[in-house]
Order: sequence, then C-alpha cells, then structure tokens
Amino acid sequence: MPITTTHYILLSAALFTIGVVGVMVRRNIIIIFMSIELILNAVNINLIAFSQQLQNGIGQVFAIFVIAVAAAEAAVGLGIILAFYRNKETVNIDEMNVMRS
Amino acid sequence: MAQAIAFYFIAACILGFAVLVVSTKDTVHSVLFLVMDFLFVAALYVLLGAEFLAAIQVLVYAGGIVVLYLFVVMLVNLKRPPEAHSDPHRRTMLGFLLAAAVLVEVGAIAVYGHSQPAMVPVPGAAMPVTGNTAQIGWLLYTSYLIPFEIASMLLLVAMIGAIVLAKREL
Repeated sequence: MPITTTHYILLSAALFTIGVVGVMVRRNIIIIFMSIELILNAVNINLIAFSQQLQNGIGQVFAIFVIAVAAAEAAVGLGIILAFYRNKETVNIDEMNVMRS
Repeated sequence: MAQAIAFYFIAACILGFAVLVVSTKDTVHSVLFLVMDFLFVAALYVLLGAEFLAAIQVLVYAGGIVVLYLFVVMLVNLKRPPEAHSDPHRRTMLGFLLAAAVLVEVGAIAVYGHSQPAMVPVPGAAMPVTGNTAQIGWLLYTSYLIPFEIASMLLLVAMIGAIVLAKREL
C-alpha cells in the first residue's frame, strides 16, 4: 500500500494529540513548553505533506515561518519561566495563581 | 515498499519518543527525548522530499531550541519535584478526555478529506530554478518577501524581549 498524504495527516494528528495531552496533564511548565514544540512539529508535518501532494514549495515556506515563530516563542517563554522562577522558586503551574481572583 | 517501511519505522519512533517526552519524570531526560523526536521528524521531512526543511529542523530545533531548553533546566535548580504540589481542583481525567476529543475530531477531518476527491496539483508560478533549496529561496525572496521581513522583525523583537525578561533588573 503506498504512503499517501492521509498517512502523514494521521501521524500528525497523533503527534498533535500527544502534545495536547502533555499541555493538559503535566504540571511542570518546561514540559508544557516542550509539548507545544511537539504540536508545532505536527503542524509542520501537515504543511510539508500538503506541499508534497500539491507539488509546490509554498507549504515549505510556511513551515519555515512556523519554525521562526517557534524559536521566538521558545526564547520569550523560557525568559518568562526564568523570571517567574526567580520570584517564586517554582516551575509548577498549579502554584502560578497570582492572577486568580 | 521500502518507502512504506521507512515511513512506519519513522512514525513509530516519532510517536514513541513523543510519549516519552510527555511522560518522563526527569526533565533532562525529557529534553533528550525531545532531541530524538526532532531528529526523526527531520528524517520524515527527507522522506517527503523537503531536504532544506530537514536541515533547518536539525540546526534550529535539535541544535538551538533544545540547547535553550537545557540551559533553562540547568538554571532552574529544583529543590523539590515540580509534580509534588498538586492542586486539589485539578482534573487530570478531563485533560485526557479533551485530548481524546481533539484526536477524534482531527482524525474525522482526515478520514473525511480522504473520502473526497483528491486535490489536483496546482503548479504555482513557473519557477526559474530547480532543486528544493533554490525553490524555497526563490519563493521567499519573491512572493513571500514581506512575510519574510516581518518574521525577521519578530525574531529581533523576541530576542530583545528575552534579554529584557532574563535581566535581573533594568
């Protein structure tokens, strides 16, 4: 059976779901950020699979933009984690409730 | 046939390492599993014929972003495990249920799309260059020049923002 775009989409859906589980279930904020990276990778797999199916490079260009945004997100997010850790000595999101009313 | 074997092997490795990333207790091990996951995703890009993206994936993700994560894990010296304190209002099962709902939804869309007539390849503007990297470069500097410049601006802003956030006092 040849490998079609649907195979890649199902793989991407499974990877996306694993990332969503990580975001929803884990309490360590560093692991949550890594799960977001997994989700962005799932999106990239989708974009490149469609780029291959449609035989043009536009999907790959968009994947480059997704990677750029992911790098920016990681830099700013990890800066926020460090600033928060300096104040509260924790990376547990259950203790990050200063804005809870 | 060889392509199918390669796809299933790479897919199994991607999903297995992803499960290890979200399930491991030790954060450093989790980061190392994330490196393996990114490398197998790069292999999948090669299988899809996107060699330039595979190189970018290895350089930016497995090289840059993961080192950033490792630095933060080392800087954040945890005296007590972050999973020790648990909010009594936390509903872990609800998280799993919502994730399962996402999987069903995305899978249903994929199966529905599979039942539709396949999209015909639309040749974009005829490109004067051949080869994966040359085509991406040609697209980036012609049709997508303004998004490209905005992305570089975003990276500059993120860099300054990260420096400001990580400084002890301004």
